[in-house]
Amino acid sequence: MSGLKINNKALAWFDQRLPIISMMHHSGVEYPTPKNLNYWWNFGSLAGFILVVMILTGIFLVMNYTAHTSMAFDSVERIMRDVNYGWLLRYLHMNGASMFFILVYIHIFRNMYYGSYKAPREVLWWVGILIFLAMMATAFMGYVLPWGQMSFWGATVITNLFSAFPIVGDPIVTWLWGGFAVDNPTLNRFFSLHYLLPFVIFALVFVHVWALHTVKSNNPLGIDIKTPQDTIPFHPYYTIKDLFGIGVFLMFFLAFVFWAPNFFGEPDNYIPANPMVTPPHIVPEWYFLPFYAILRAVPDKLGGVLMMFGAIIVLFFLPWLDSSKVRSAKFRPFYKQLFWVFFADCVFLGYLGGKPAEGWYVPASQIATAYYFLHFLVILPLLGKFEKPRALPASISAPVLKGGGPATAGAHAQPMEKA
Amino acid sequence: MRKLIISTLVAAGLAGTAGIAQASEAGAPLMTEKWSWEGLFGRYDQAQLRRGFTVFHGVCSNCHSLSLVAYRNLAAVGLTEDEIKAVAAERELADAPNDEGTVLMRAGRPSDKYISPFPNDQAAAAANMGALPPDLSLMAKARLGGPNYIYSLMLGYMDEVPEGAEIPEGKYYNTYFPGHAISMPPQMMDDLVEYADGTAATKEQIAKDIVAFLNWTAEPELEERKSMGLKVMIFLAVLTALFYALKRQIWKDVH
Repeated sequence: MSGLKINNKALAWFDQRLPIISMMHHSGVEYPTPKNLNYWWNFGSLAGFILVVMILTGIFLVMNYTAHTSMAFDSVERIMRDVNYGWLLRYLHMNGASMFFILVYIHIFRNMYYGSYKAPREVLWWVGILIFLAMMATAFMGYVLPWGQMSFWGATVITNLFSAFPIVGDPIVTWLWGGFAVDNPTLNRFFSLHYLLPFVIFALVFVHVWALHTVKSNNPLGIDIKTPQDTIPFHPYYTIKDLFGIGVFLMFFLAFVFWAPNFFGEPDNYIPANPMVTPPHIVPEWYFLPFYAILRAVPDKLGGVLMMFGAIIVLFFLPWLDSSKVRSAKFRPFYKQLFWVFFADCVFLGYLGGKPAEGWYVPASQIATAYYFLHFLVILPLLGKFEKPRALPASISAPVLKGGGPATAGAHAQPMEKA
Repeated sequence: MRKLIISTLVAAGLAGTAGIAQASEAGAPLMTEKWSWEGLFGRYDQAQLRRGFTVFHGVCSNCHSLSLVAYRNLAAVGLTEDEIKAVAAERELADAPNDEGTVLMRAGRPSDKYISPFPNDQAAAAANMGALPPDLSLMAKARLGGPNYIYSLMLGYMDEVPEGAEIPEGKYYNTYFPGHAISMPPQMMDDLVEYADGTAATKEQIAKDIVAFLNWTAEPELEERKSMGLKVMIFLAVLTALFYALKRQIWKDVH
């Protein structure tokens, strides 16, 4: 299946029996990649990179962490103060979680802009949503582990959401808690699952890449690969481009770790958990805020919970809700505008999620929530029927026709390349 | 549309972060100081940490615990080994049971965590009119505004309760405390302590010094963190530049 010649006899013998080397060569070196990918395509590999950082720092943190309500907080502080470079491990892990979500959100919005979820990449997109869901569960349970005030009260509020379901609600909550309140059994099971789920994510990432390599990467033009001239091998072209991306990303990430390690955190989580004292504002971590805003926008508790889950479930149907055959927003004049409106709506929801549910914030989050669903359920299905897309280029290698000749092909196909 | 939306979001974001940094939970804008440990190259002022310890040891530690800091850690504040032993030995704690099974008290050692002034939280609350003096180890990270909040709180007491504010018996009015009614009496006054280094002990000076000390107890790793950060960033800048040059080289024939 590959043009790989293994010169070492022992390796060749091994590879004939278990083709691990030719498989890695096939998907890590030869993999034909569209040659016009811009820097927005770096975020997938960056997310994979930060997943590895999270697993590694997490393994070493666990060696010094104690999952017990009476010791968890102090064990984290012991990591910060007495474990060699413990503060570095912990701040990397803590900020790494925020970075993971920043990268994945950019990855998802890139996908939406360039229509990557459309045929034949629906399953690839589904696996991506599953990764996102597993990430949210992992991040939520990880935030509980330091057993600070926000850990405790965040866990209480979020697990209580399930009590909104009629009849089964309360038994589910008791079952989740392992008791009648968030307590030591809750902390222990969250710790166990927080260690398990990253490996589930890792396996899902493997499936994600498998699906990707089956259907091949989308590209900024959103048209299919037609000839071998449209592609370049993954190595060395995209390995070096991804390495450059990792360098830039690390500088962004570590600037927080070294100079503003608590920027994304809540001060309240440096107060040990106290079931007798409720903090004035219980807010989830920033990456949950848009969904939190949707939850609170609905006056009915069950309705809010259903809307919040619905906001993610609707993503599974996106490939069929979007009726346009054209993938890339580059060739969809109206979608291109509406994409940014949707993006702004999500950011606005995030802002509202961080505010108390009072005054103008309440109607604003209702309007923003309505628009979120309107975008998926009304705008996207109709837009494809009315929008007149611009002419698609004949192929990835062919120049993008802009009334000009073939001379500037490279500059058009790779607008960010020279930046 | 894209440019408009992005620039609006960035502007809103900047305004939002600036707002968070300055308002306290009580709503009043915090008093801000230039702290030596802020910024890219920020470091603690050794003399100031030592003065801050004098304040903590002489005043705050009579009511507040500092349970995450060990006496041995005070070397970073500039205490000598003998001074640390002396400070540790000032208080007693229950020893492990001896061979007869009797629990005796023993003097503190440098390896002990700072011994609390009260045997337990209930005793601490009972001795302070029902209000538990919070542990101060992480105070500089556990309040919105951090060091500026502590600084403002120290100097935010008002002798006369403003019109319309109701302060219960035994509580004090503080501009920056959430709800304004604080159980801790005002502490800052000129010459509250005497500094060995001859610094004039004005109440502003004392407030600054205790904030510096408490920021150190909350972030003892700060200097190591920032200096490692500089080295790592320089390394990454060179490495990333090399990656970029290599990327240009490898990609130069792709059209």
